[in-house]
Amino acid sequence: MAADEAGENILHRHSTRIPIYTSKISKPMMRFATLIKNPADWMKGAGPHSDVVMTSRVRLARNLRGHPFPGFSQERQRIELLERARPVVEQLPEMRDGYSEDYTDLSKIRKQVLVERHLVSREHAARSSGCAVVVDRKQSISIMINEEDHFRIQGIRPGLNLHSAYEAVDRVDSELESMLPYAFDPKLGYLTACPTNLGTGMRASVMLHLPALVLTEQINPVIKAIGKIGLAVRGLYGEGTEALGNLFQISNQHTLGEAEPEIIAQIEKVIEGVVRSEMTARAKLKEDHQTMLQDQVGRAFAILRYAHILASKEALNLLSMLRLGADLDLVGNCDRSLIDMLLLEIQPAHLQLNAARELSPEERDSMRAELTRARLQSIDGPGSFPQSPSTSGGTASPPTNE
Amino acid sequence: MKAGTTNSMKCDVCENEATVFLTQIINGQMTTVNLCETCSKAKGVTEETGFGLAEAFLSPSQRSESDVMEVVCPACGFTASQLKKIGRMGCPECYAAFRDGLDALLRNMHKGTKHVGKRPTHVSAVSPQILPRQRMNPAPTAPVPPPAPPAAPAAPPPPDLAKLRAELDLAVKEERYEDAARLKSEIESLQPKTSK
Repeated sequence: MAADEAGENILHRHSTRIPIYTSKISKPMMRFATLIKNPADWMKGAGPHSDVVMTSRVRLARNLRGHPFPGFSQERQRIELLERARPVVEQLPEMRDGYSEDYTDLSKIRKQVLVERHLVSREHAARSSGCAVVVDRKQSISIMINEEDHFRIQGIRPGLNLHSAYEAVDRVDSELESMLPYAFDPKLGYLTACPTNLGTGMRASVMLHLPALVLTEQINPVIKAIGKIGLAVRGLYGEGTEALGNLFQISNQHTLGEAEPEIIAQIEKVIEGVVRSEMTARAKLKEDHQTMLQDQVGRAFAILRYAHILASKEALNLLSMLRLGADLDLVGNCDRSLIDMLLLEIQPAHLQLNAARELSPEERDSMRAELTRARLQSIDGPGSFPQSPSTSGGTASPPTNE
Repeated sequence: MKAGTTNSMKCDVCENEATVFLTQIINGQMTTVNLCETCSKAKGVTEETGFGLAEAFLSPSQRSESDVMEVVCPACGFTASQLKKIGRMGCPECYAAFRDGLDALLRNMHKGTKHVGKRPTHVSAVSPQILPRQRMNPAPTAPVPPPAPPAAPAAPPPPDLAKLRAELDLAVKEERYEDAARLKSEIESLQPKTSK
């Protein structure tokens, strides 16, 4: 058809405009092994409300003028854009000496590890030629090239800290903007492949651990209420994923008609409300259903500590219960950060990377259990609760000498 | 397109009572055809084949015309049907090509239809409205008036800094990234260190 031919011609013209940027990379970028060996800043640090809010993430979708979006471009066009834009991204002050990888050189397992670390999206990991990711040294900022949009700039922070995550991506975005011609329209804002991202191109999301709202069966009305005010609730790995381990992602759906600070303030306000509800539910559980709570946490610890086969879903749900127990001081010397690291380490790709080979699902379940047993070895466990009436009664009763 | 029965109309062909009538949109114009039982059969129009009515009444030339009428993005060749099917645009310029109906779509999707929020300081000074046609057929080296320097900071920058910034904007606009990177580091080296 004539229209197709015309389209092809223009696409060709599209791709011939950018002169090659000759980068002067003096220092080699960080290696994958180094990246993985060091836990990200957000995994170590505790942020505001980190007993309920695991992470805060903000991502910006950006595109270059005069170039078809990655989903509608040819492979050679994606490669050309990547070759020219990647050195610019690598040279950004925030990204210097970070990790940068072309997807053609990256194994499926390694890509999946990046997904599990929330550094790239599942959709991006599914792509290969013409795609790359650049991550800063602290693993707090990642820039996906040729995802659904030419650039997806993401910032991640521990706890409830969307402001700080936004500040980081905003800075990187302004740097990038001064070197690359963004597709921007005064009325429509940043032009994105999907009209749902139009305007600010910003998605701010918060990962919440809400076990008490689930246990007390209050989660559905909370999700409904959040949905009504225009926010989306999703599972652990974004769109269409299950809310395993009582983990929920809440993010804005609207990107046009509201400025970034307004969107962030609204989400933070909503999240603060959800945090309050979760804390009230936790307090109520501890007060009114202590035996049930101790039973659930105790069972979770026992299985995690002694099981030899652990499926991913089971492990996530049990670790969620253990995390709740740790937050409520029911698990002796168990530190929350140990559980949060385990939540990451037991993911399929992390296990396979650790084993340095591909594992069958059965092998993974066995290795998951082995790793969990090892990590929990030094934990006393919920053997004795100071609050428990039976325990305290037993130890406190003095010998009757008289 | 709709097929149905009615007692109140006369057949457009023979003036008998119309029992079949059809409404369709051809080239953006709504047309209605009323037919009696006999004429509708003679034209091959029956209830069972009701959804083929448009085909039956459109001449081959009209049909091809309506196909060609489909909106196509002049920049990337993305079609309105592709947009409908995938729900995504082909390139940034598609937003201009598919502007009709976009507002209604955006109203359902977002809080508003106008962007409020961050604007690229470098691009906004030089960026035309969407669909910058000159980019599709770039004139070899059309001189571009230097864009206005970015919004003035608290203290006015020294003249050489302003000049460098204008040069940087121009380099970005002309996609001379190597120059842009060089100018940027020059600007950075001249600027006093800020807290952030």
